[in-house]
Amino acid sequence: MSGISPTQDTAAAASSWDDLVTTALLGTDRRPPAEAAPGREAPVALLDAAAVATVRRRAGLLPGRAAPRPEPAPGDPRPALPAAAARRLALLLADRSGGGGGRRGSSPDLTELLPQWLAAANAHGYAAPPQALPALLDAARGRTDLRPAALAFAGPRALWLARLNPDWRFALRAAPGGGATLPGAGDGEAVRRVWEEGLFAERVALLGALRARTPGRARELLEETWRKERAEDRLMFLDSLRTGLCAEDEPFLEQALGDRSRNVRATAAELLSALPGSALAGRMAARAAACVAIDHTGNSAGIVVEAPLECDPSMERDGVAARPPAGRGERSWWLGQLVEAAPLGMWPGRLGGRTPREIVALPVADGWQGELHAAWSRAAVRQRDAEWSRALLGAPSAPEAGGPGAVSLAERAKLLAALEPGERAAWVAGFIAAHGLSEAFQLLGVCAVPWAAPLGRAVVDALDIARDAGSYPWSFSGVMGLAERCLDPAQAAYLDGLLAIPDEREDAAPGSGGYWAEAFQRLVGTLRLRAAMAAELEPDTP
Amino acid sequence: MTEQGVRWTAEQVLALAPDAASRKAGSRLGTAGPWSEAGSGEGTVWGLCKGSGSRPYQTVVDLADAAGPAYKCSCPSRKFPCKHALGLLLLWADGEGAGGAVPAAAEPPDWAGQWLAGRRRRVEQRQEEGGGPAASGSADPEAARRRAERRAERVTAGATELERRLADLLRGGLAAAEQTGYGLWEETAARMVDAQAPGLAARARELGAIPASGPGWPARLLEECALLHLLDQGWLRRERLPDALAATVRSRLGLPASAEGPPVRDQWLVLAQYDTVDSKLTTRRIWLHGAGSGHTRLLLSYGAAGRAPELSLPVGLALEADLSVFPGAGQSRAALGAQHAPPAPTALRPPGVTTAEAAARYGEALCADPWLDSVPVTLDRVVPAPDGERGGWQLADADTDSALPLTPAARSRPGLWRLAALSGGAPVTVFGECGHRGFTPLTAWPQGPGAPVTLC
Repeated sequence: MSGISPTQDTAAAASSWDDLVTTALLGTDRRPPAEAAPGREAPVALLDAAAVATVRRRAGLLPGRAAPRPEPAPGDPRPALPAAAARRLALLLADRSGGGGGRRGSSPDLTELLPQWLAAANAHGYAAPPQALPALLDAARGRTDLRPAALAFAGPRALWLARLNPDWRFALRAAPGGGATLPGAGDGEAVRRVWEEGLFAERVALLGALRARTPGRARELLEETWRKERAEDRLMFLDSLRTGLCAEDEPFLEQALGDRSRNVRATAAELLSALPGSALAGRMAARAAACVAIDHTGNSAGIVVEAPLECDPSMERDGVAARPPAGRGERSWWLGQLVEAAPLGMWPGRLGGRTPREIVALPVADGWQGELHAAWSRAAVRQRDAEWSRALLGAPSAPEAGGPGAVSLAERAKLLAALEPGERAAWVAGFIAAHGLSEAFQLLGVCAVPWAAPLGRAVVDALDIARDAGSYPWSFSGVMGLAERCLDPAQAAYLDGLLAIPDEREDAAPGSGGYWAEAFQRLVGTLRLRAAMAAELEPDTP
Repeated sequence: MTEQGVRWTAEQVLALAPDAASRKAGSRLGTAGPWSEAGSGEGTVWGLCKGSGSRPYQTVVDLADAAGPAYKCSCPSRKFPCKHALGLLLLWADGEGAGGAVPAAAEPPDWAGQWLAGRRRRVEQRQEEGGGPAASGSADPEAARRRAERRAERVTAGATELERRLADLLRGGLAAAEQTGYGLWEETAARMVDAQAPGLAARARELGAIPASGPGWPARLLEECALLHLLDQGWLRRERLPDALAATVRSRLGLPASAEGPPVRDQWLVLAQYDTVDSKLTTRRIWLHGAGSGHTRLLLSYGAAGRAPELSLPVGLALEADLSVFPGAGQSRAALGAQHAPPAPTALRPPGVTTAEAAARYGEALCADPWLDSVPVTLDRVVPAPDGERGGWQLADADTDSALPLTPAARSRPGLWRLAALSGGAPVTVFGECGHRGFTPLTAWPQGPGAPVTLC
């Protein structure tokens, strides 16, 4: 009889029940009952008495004493989800276990839409329905990529709940300060206490939070204890200065160039080189200028490269790694690092007042073009220079853009990130129109969601062409999946013509027409679903 | 009867799914993509679903019947309802959300209309024949009486044998039972099945599991042995019992009975619906609360292994219907009679009591039926709280110092966390079963306005 506590009837009742249990356990043969009922066998009399006692005990049960109540969950001031959106969330979370394995058929993959839904709900600033929190926490537990958005949406009540269930401890770890709120920048005393006494993760979180709001304060905090920190910690702290990097950080970073740890030195140099006005950038510019020049000897202008002959200690102090990786020549390795760290703004002046586009178009002597352009690309990415990025990307339809050119696809994806979203989408659209989808996956990944109209049309046209070419749709499953998540739902109508099963052609892969129709149905279905999801999240207009 | 504005919620639709796999498959089909020519009207929903074949499946659902939805689909699935019916209902429940993928239409297409017309005709015929399946009695009362007598003799023989086995057990001691394990009780249970006393068989089988149920098992085993003995004695002396108690004994033994009580027409709110599954049978329990009468009634529905029971009433709906109770003191089981309006969403909530009143209510119910394990109770203003020891939880009154512990089974269900999240440390209203093992929460309502949250 665990559970409800018995009445404090009489001690006699309890002791007589214990007596009955003892007798029953040993058996009436070994332990005859104390008072035998007349006319009944001993075991039957025991059962009689036990039946009466059992019903009496159960009928007399009273509630127990209340344990300490949990602290009420902090309030969530965000408005409640519209009812339709709450139902959608329940469906998306119910489907969580799905996905993976098996042919996907023509119905949308709900699991893949959860991140989008969460982002949209967070953008609207809705509060999660309380009863959905356990499923949300479970989803975030299984998928680390979902955690930030899921926890932001789940809000303060989820942290309250996570404290009651060890399965959800990750939520407390993920939350800054282990679930406790970080002190505000104004609360100097509390900031100092966390910085001086906190765990490493708490200190990193504090530094990150401060850096986002008051970059100078974060740097000052770091400077105070810099010498006492361990090398690994210094590296992590230094990395958090990436956010809000500004000219005021230069003295501190310059000093870190003399750090004991090589990794810290390299990171400090990298950060300094991203500040075009810094002394380090100036030193690098001078070194790089000495290596690259206009060649006036020939009939037409060209670039000559004279790679550095040695890596002196001052270069090493500025973050140049002296030893190349296996298979690279020392001099080209040093050159790459110098050009990468030099401010791009110096080159027009150095190379005869030409624009970046003209500079990239110049021939480079002695096979240095690959090395030089790759270094410029890294510099453009690091310095987020749109004009140089544009120049280095070239025309999307250029033949070498699709092949193994000087600039790899990964580099190109990074260069694209420096462009405005519209320009980026237009470039990728041009690339797909010229080269098809097989190389486009990585480039599509950097485009803003939902895709701009020209890009969406280019992708759909390319898929259409791939279908007509007779290949199977799963050769394009990566792009298909992206399209389901990223195409603008407004473009669903554009796809209607593709839903029918085309007549099988002789050269097509057997049955591919049906699979394509199915894939396009799924695409359209997913787009409609996304449109419905977005509509449901619109606040009810009164 | 217009069906506008009474579309179900997605949770209510998913509660119809026979198993988790169907729920998943159904929710994937709950989007406009594969559907065409869908429509709804007069409590029916229909649509064509594009499957892997060339012909789309024709799916129709009839929601107008208060006995629960009826489904028809041209797919070969043996699940009931199939994923297409679930997907269609989800799409319909979605309402305007999916761009009105299931618009209200005046006339169903022919393929749906034929089935609906045939179905409605059969339902009407059944109602005209007067009161459903209970009336299908045997033609020969004399033969029926002889059959009942023969069965009573066998039950008496079974009860007598069980009494002897119990006496032997206690003569030798429960400690010995720990060694014999399941085997002895399985054999006893089989003997009781032969004796046509399924109630005794089930209880005997449960005895076998108690020695392995952890500390305190001798007391629990003695309790259950004593109650089984009480039931045997009740049967053997049934002539001397009051009629109501004798009927309770008969029903506890598993003898057939029919809902003879006068039909009570009321607005019945669906409080909870949950299934228990064993190897042969799925048992569905549906708790209803009468808004006018204040009664709480239990509907039982059965499905063969692997199939969902036919009756399905999603929580939060209310239906206008007649219920007739089964005979026996302290019994809440009832049968669904004539229905006057199909289930529809409602904001109705059951009135609640304190934890002390809930415990008292169980005590009173034991006077009528000493074999009761729990009674249905709605607790008002209780706070779910961990009670500190071994992962235990309790429901504590918001305004007094007393609390009911949750049953061990309820602690390990995911519903517990939905309850905790819904409460957030604030008082909630909870419906559940309150008994000697503790409280099993089944449905909860938030403090403010809001739909019920199922916990089972």
